[in-house]
Amino acid sequence: MARQIVGPFNRVEGDLEVQLDVGDGQVDAAWVNSPLYRGFEQILLGKIPGDALVYAPRVCGICSVSQSVAAAFALGDAYRAETPPNGILALDLIHAAENLIDHLTHFYLFFMPDFARPEYAAQPWHADIHARFRAVEGSAAPEFLQARTAFMHLMGLLAGKWPHSLAIQPGGCTRAVSARERLHLGNVVGAFRRFLEQRVFAAPLDEIVALDSRDALQHWQAAQAGQPGDLARFLALGEALGLHTLGRAADRFMSFGAYREADGAPLFARGVWRDGSLHSLDVDGIAEDVSHSWMAGDTAPPRTARTLPDPGREGAYTWCKAPRLHGKAVEVGALARQLVDGHPLICDLVAATGGNVLTRVVARLLESARILLAMQRWTDALVPGEPFHNPAAPLADAEGIGLTEAARGSLGHWLRIEGGRIRNYQIVSPTTWNFSPRDAAGQPGALEQALTGTPVDSPRHPRKIAVQHVVRSFDPCMVCTAH
Amino acid sequence: MSGGARMNLLWLQSGGCGGCTMSLLCADTPDLLTRLDTSGIDLLWHPSLSEAGMDEALRLLEDIRSGRQRLDALCVEGSLLRGPHGTGRFHMLAGTGRPMIEWVRELAAVARYCVAVGSCAAFGGVTAGGSNPTDACGLQYDGRYPGGLLGKDYRSSAGLPAINVAGCPTHPDWVLDTLHLLARGELGADDLDDLARPRMYTDLLAHHGCPRNEFYEYKASAIEPSDLGCLMEHLGCMGTQAQADCNVRTWNGEGSCTRGGYACINCTAPEFEEPGHAFLRTPTVAGIPLGLPTDMPKAWFIALSSLAKAATPQRIKENARADHVVARPGRKPDRK
Repeated sequence: MARQIVGPFNRVEGDLEVQLDVGDGQVDAAWVNSPLYRGFEQILLGKIPGDALVYAPRVCGICSVSQSVAAAFALGDAYRAETPPNGILALDLIHAAENLIDHLTHFYLFFMPDFARPEYAAQPWHADIHARFRAVEGSAAPEFLQARTAFMHLMGLLAGKWPHSLAIQPGGCTRAVSARERLHLGNVVGAFRRFLEQRVFAAPLDEIVALDSRDALQHWQAAQAGQPGDLARFLALGEALGLHTLGRAADRFMSFGAYREADGAPLFARGVWRDGSLHSLDVDGIAEDVSHSWMAGDTAPPRTARTLPDPGREGAYTWCKAPRLHGKAVEVGALARQLVDGHPLICDLVAATGGNVLTRVVARLLESARILLAMQRWTDALVPGEPFHNPAAPLADAEGIGLTEAARGSLGHWLRIEGGRIRNYQIVSPTTWNFSPRDAAGQPGALEQALTGTPVDSPRHPRKIAVQHVVRSFDPCMVCTAH
Repeated sequence: MSGGARMNLLWLQSGGCGGCTMSLLCADTPDLLTRLDTSGIDLLWHPSLSEAGMDEALRLLEDIRSGRQRLDALCVEGSLLRGPHGTGRFHMLAGTGRPMIEWVRELAAVARYCVAVGSCAAFGGVTAGGSNPTDACGLQYDGRYPGGLLGKDYRSSAGLPAINVAGCPTHPDWVLDTLHLLARGELGADDLDDLARPRMYTDLLAHHGCPRNEFYEYKASAIEPSDLGCLMEHLGCMGTQAQADCNVRTWNGEGSCTRGGYACINCTAPEFEEPGHAFLRTPTVAGIPLGLPTDMPKAWFIALSSLAKAATPQRIKENARADHVVARPGRKPDRK
C-alpha cells in the first residue's frame, strides 16, 4: 500500500491537500489537510465588538455575506437587537443572492469542467460537455458570468459592493430601498430567473421545485432529451458515470436553518438528520476536537474554546479543528439543508442512494430554484418608506451566538464581550465540519469518510479523477476552514 | 510588449480570503473571460478558473522556475505568511511540501511583472491585523514600510517594483485595467503613486462622486446607519482621504460603500485594518472629528464647516436624519 499526496486542488476556494492510502485500486483511507492558517480568532481578541463586522466577512471572499450575517446575528443576540421587517427582508435578499450565486459558481466554474477533461474523451457524451463546460473556453462560462454579473447588481444596490460589505448590521441593513429601486431589484431577480429557466433547467422553476421523487426526476430528465438544460446534461453523465455511487459519508446531516420569514420561522428548517430520520438540533452538543490539528488545547465547546496554533503537535496533520455534534462527525451543505427541510425529492434520493456526489449537486440546483422564488417574494414584500434598521445599544458585557447557513452549510459565530472588548470569538465554518480531520476517537471527518472506497484508476474513472469529483462535490471553501 | 503581443499570467493565492478573485468574477461588460481575451491576456493558471489541476499545475510552476516557461505577469492574491518563526509553515503550498513564500520569491525573480492583487498582497492587509499571528506582510511592503517579502529593492525583470493593486477587495477594473496596460507596455514607473499603486485609480478620492456630497457641503450628518446624511462626522467615513475612484467607477452596477449606507474605511491604504478607533465611529477631539481632508488647513475647514452648518437648508437637515427623502427640493414661487 502506498501513501499518495494529492494537491494543490484548484477550483476549490483556497488551498487543499489530501493524503490517500491506496490499495487494490481504491482509497483505503484519507487524511485531509488545510494547509493555510491566518488566525482570525486571534486577530479579533481585544477588538471593539462592532469591528467584527469589518473582520468577519474577510474570513472568506466567497461566503463573505454569510460571515457578516453570522457576526451581525451574534452581535444582535448579545445586544438584544430588534430588526424591522424591511431589515429582515433586505438581509435575506443579500444573503440569498450570495448563496444562490455560490451554488452556480460552483456548478459552472468549479465542478462541471472536470467532466470536459480528456480522461473522458471516449465517452459518448463528452463532445457536448466539452463544448459547453470546458474551463475558460466552454460556452457556459462567459454566459454564466454575464448573468452572474448582472444579478450581482443587486449587491451593488443593497450591500454597496460584494464581497465585503458593511451593510449588514445588528438591527438591520444600512441601505433603505426606494420605490424605484424596489422595481429595479425585481427586474434584476427576474432576469436571473430567466437564466435559470432557460439555461440551468430549460424548464419553469415551479416544475423543478415540484419534483418529488427519484422517479419524477428521471421522467423529467427523459422528457428533456433533445434540448436539455444543464441540469439534465449533468444527470445524464451522472448516470453514465455512476456518480451516485461515489462519495458517500456517514449520512448524518445538520442544518442551522436559513432565512427568517416575516413570521419568524426560517425558510429552510433547523435540525439534524441521522439514522434515517429527522431530529431537533441541540446546539450545546457542538464541541471542537483538536487532537489531530496543529492547535493547542483540548476538546471544547465554541463558547469557551481558544485558538492557539501549535505547529509541533504530535499526530496533527491540518490547521482545521474537528467540530463534532455530540461526538459525531456530520455533513453540512445544500443536501443537508434540503433534507432537514424535508424536500420530498431530496428525501427520496437520500433514501435510495444516500448522500453522494450526485445528490449533493442535485440538492444545490434544486435549492437555487427555491431560493430564487423566495427572493421574488421578498422583493415584493419590501415597503419603501418603512425603516430598514433599528439602532441597537452596545453592552459592555454580553454573550451572543450567530447561527446561519452559508452556501456550503452551517456557520456559527460565538462571541463574548467583556469591558466593551471582544474577550473571545470562535468561528465554526461549513467546511470545518466537512473537511475536519480525525478526532480523539479516530473518527474521520465527512470528506475523509466520503473518500474511502473511491476508485483511483478504474476504466470508468481514470487517474484519480473520481477523487476530484468527491472533493468538489462538497463545494469546499478552504479559506473558511481553518480561518 | 505592445501591438498584437499577448501577455501570459500566473495567479497564486496565499494568506487571504479569495475575495479579490471573487470580485474579479464580477467584471462588468464584457464578462471576465471575454475581457481577458480582448485585453491580450492568456491564463497560464488561475486557481479558480483553470482546468489543469495538481500534477499539471506543479509541472507548470517547475517549468517557470527553471526557465522552460516564460512568465509575463505573476499575480499574487493574499498576504505572505512568514510565520511561525520565519518558516512560512502557516501556508505550505499543497502537494509541494514547501512554504508558499519560497515559491513566490522564486517566481517573482523570473517574472516580467509582479502584481499584488488586493491590500493583503500589497501591504499585509486584514491578515496582518491585531497581533498579526502569522507574521503576514505584503509582497514589497510590511504595512506602510517598504520591504515585505521581496525587499524594497526588488524589481521585476521589466524594471518595475511589485505593482500594488490595493483594495479590500480590489475592484475588478483596477486589476484588469492594470493588466491591460501592462500587456500593451503602457504602464511605467510614473504611472504608479508613492505606494506603487496604479494612479489611474488612486488619483481620485472615494469622496469624488459620492451621492452624499450635498450633505457633506453643509456637514448635515447621519447619526445612525441607514440615515442619508454625510457619514464623516459621526460614522467613521474616510472617503475624503481614501485614494480610490469608488464613487466614480462604482461597484456591482451602481454600488459603493457610501452608496450602500456605510463608511469608507480607506481599504486601499496600508494599515487600514488598524485605524486605532472603531471603524464605524468617527473619533473626535473636543467635538471636532479627527481625520479631516489631508490637504486643507484644519482651521479653515472648521471655520467653513461652522458657516456651512449654520446655513444648512431645512430640507437637507431633515433628509440627513431620514433613510429616504422626506423633504423634497422646492422651487421658486411663480411670479405674480
